[in-house]
Amino acid sequence: MTKILTMVAQRLALGLLTLFVVSLIIFLGIELLPGDLTEAVLGQSATPETVAAFRRELGLDLPPHTRYIEWLGGVLQGDFGKSLANEREISELIGVRFANTLFLAAIAAVISVPLAVTLGVLAALYRNSFFDRSINVVTLSSISFPEFFVAYILILFLAVNANIFPSISNVSADLALWERVYRVMLPALTLTLVVVAHMMRMTRASIINLLASPYIEMANLKGLSRSRIIVHHALPNALAPIINVIVINLAYLVVGVVIVEVVFVYPGLGQLFVDSVIKRDVPVVQASCLIFAATYILLNLTADVLSILSNPRLLHPK
Amino acid sequence: MSTDGGKHEIGEVLLEMRGLRIEGQSDEQWHEIVNGIDLTLRRGEVLGLIGESGAGKSTIGIASMGFARPGCRISGGTIVFDGIDMTAASEETKREIRGSRIAYVAQSAAASFNPAHKLIDQYSETPVQHGILKAAEAEQDAKDLYRRLQLPDPDNIGYRYPHQVSGGQLQRAMTAMAMSCKPDLIIFDEPTTALDVTTQIEVLAAIKDVVRQSNTAAIYITHDLAVVAQMADRIMVLRYGDLIEEGDAREMIANPKEDYTRQLLAVRTYKKEDTAAAPSERPLLDIQDVSAAYGKTLLVLQDIDLKVERGRTVAIVGESGSGKSTLARAITGLLPPLKGKVLFDGEELPASYKARTRDQLRHLQMIYQMPDTALNPRQKVRDVIGRPLSFYLGMDSQAREKRILELLDMIELPADFADRYPGELSGGQKQRICIARALAANPEVIICDEVTSALDQLVAEEILKLLQRLQDDLGVTYLFITHDLATVKAISDEIVVMLQGRIVAQGEKQEILTPPHHEYTELLLSSVPEMDPDWLDGVLEKRKAAQ
Repeated sequence: MTKILTMVAQRLALGLLTLFVVSLIIFLGIELLPGDLTEAVLGQSATPETVAAFRRELGLDLPPHTRYIEWLGGVLQGDFGKSLANEREISELIGVRFANTLFLAAIAAVISVPLAVTLGVLAALYRNSFFDRSINVVTLSSISFPEFFVAYILILFLAVNANIFPSISNVSADLALWERVYRVMLPALTLTLVVVAHMMRMTRASIINLLASPYIEMANLKGLSRSRIIVHHALPNALAPIINVIVINLAYLVVGVVIVEVVFVYPGLGQLFVDSVIKRDVPVVQASCLIFAATYILLNLTADVLSILSNPRLLHPK
Repeated sequence: MSTDGGKHEIGEVLLEMRGLRIEGQSDEQWHEIVNGIDLTLRRGEVLGLIGESGAGKSTIGIASMGFARPGCRISGGTIVFDGIDMTAASEETKREIRGSRIAYVAQSAAASFNPAHKLIDQYSETPVQHGILKAAEAEQDAKDLYRRLQLPDPDNIGYRYPHQVSGGQLQRAMTAMAMSCKPDLIIFDEPTTALDVTTQIEVLAAIKDVVRQSNTAAIYITHDLAVVAQMADRIMVLRYGDLIEEGDAREMIANPKEDYTRQLLAVRTYKKEDTAAAPSERPLLDIQDVSAAYGKTLLVLQDIDLKVERGRTVAIVGESGSGKSTLARAITGLLPPLKGKVLFDGEELPASYKARTRDQLRHLQMIYQMPDTALNPRQKVRDVIGRPLSFYLGMDSQAREKRILELLDMIELPADFADRYPGELSGGQKQRICIARALAANPEVIICDEVTSALDQLVAEEILKLLQRLQDDLGVTYLFITHDLATVKAISDEIVVMLQGRIVAQGEKQEILTPPHHEYTELLLSSVPEMDPDWLDGVLEKRKAAQ
């Protein structure tokens, strides 16, 4: 057990290091952006005096490394600074939006992960059958279309024609949980269609990969049913690669939703991110990037740890 | 008809195969790998199937369960098990019979147990899934069987995962698993081949005991005639999917009728003449006080002192994990020793191969266990053998071509083999190419690491003879690493016995092989199966008496 704990601690430390490097890259990247922030914000009223005053107010007259250290120091204390566009605390602004994004991702994950794993197991069980082929074609087609296209198709059929779900996912904190689930259904379905193929195919491939193992032959010769062999003997040993793919897709559900949020006018972090880029609200962009990066790193870390835990040799040492 | 005098009754016919044909697929075509075999097995009888690889013995064994491995198919004949035609039965019927009435024990227990589940759960699975027992009853049975098979701590060992128990214990746990539904027939597919001799004898004894007590019929598949002699009532000798000879076990071992059977029996009778060498002032290879470790802590070699005289064959023998291959790695500098030194012809060699000169490297060559992985499948034989010629000796293409042909001649292969790829060669031929590659460097010492272990017995014997001839002609020195005492007896001048990273005995062959032995040498020697069908019972009694 201590071995696993040290391993987790190591990964965690490595994750923090990565996050630090990422913060540096974000800061430098934004530093390299052309154009002057103050002029963009002040617009018509940008006289040399106002620009200079504004720069001083924002601390932009200080050298970059001083600003970076100040920014990082603030971030470490949970203070992301203030939005340039509306003067609100960024942590407050992002908090609500990020919660919304996580909510949407969670709903999509709850639908897509069990669906993908079940389909993958079934495809492995009936491999090369009509079912296997058609499920492959369907999932591959859905992943091949751009997200906005899938989104508009769903809107057309499920919102406009059938009028089952709302086409605009307008949610706020005061809505009941059930109502919120109902309103995010279309973006969640869009995301599901986008991520299910990858996870399902990995599940199928990992299981089929194991079917040549001697212990699967043994299970056959023990007279076990096909479904028991697949679910009980192959699946537990195929978990590590499946977990990795699932987690990468979960990360995508959080950080890759920008387009889907825009299409459904969903008040998530992605939407805020796009708005802030347009408004040149640099502190918000920086903060969003950092949160995306942290999510990615954290989820990959989880995948690592779960893969380790799925290996009996590590979980039950000699 | 009982041959071992135990409680062992042979009854009516249980399994009958008539004209069994099985095909295997390669290159999109079906080839017959079993050509019309007739087999009859009665209740309580143990039938030995023996032959070299490719004989079809495993394929026939699992065909009795109506099962063909992926890429194989049963193409003709009938298999009738207790009145049920397994070739015509539905999948559902076959599934009900598998595990409950016919059980299988595989060669590698380590690979055939599912790593994700506890031993006892895998044991209980068969009776529970077949609806024969409840989980709790099955677990109780498992503990009883573990006890009968003399597994340590039988009440708790089942709650371990496969990687947590040793190879010999796993093999016994697998035998227990096969017995879980009290089957009428068990197929043992080389159950002891992957084990060390001292472990093999325990597993053999355990298997023989439970088979005898429960009066189960069994098909015992092996390539080792001495092993099958201990287990079987009747023996069928197979070759390339054909039956060569069939008969009562004792009868066949005493009076084999066919040449092929005689060859199999005669194998391992090859023996080098004894020669004594006077220890010289300056041995060719002098290993002084060498210790080596993987990582910083895991000490696998301790204080090894070894002198090898020119032109001699020194056999290093020990079981898996004894450090014999590590010793080879330490000598060649692949694993620089922690302490001690290696002297070649009186000159100290740098610890790591990276620091050695090309000439120092040239003097020490290696031949490996697996010719398949030791040869680059994308290189022609010409390139494989030609590389050391240009690398060490700087030959131009003309000289190289001439030398390649000489070397092929030395290893008794025709000249046109130079244009072949390793994939087109048999296992024995590949090993010959590896020998030629080692010889190409004109080495003083060749380290042979289990060079015959992956080969069939008849082929292995040819390789040993070739190595001996090359030594007689060229005076090359061999360091011969093996776990197989028969090989040691055949080829060595001197023997070094290793146990847990230390040398426990070393000396001239005669001196080591004649009693009194070191305790461990004695254990090793007495564990090697002999053709005598009473050998196993005899050894076990002797050991029991000694305790």
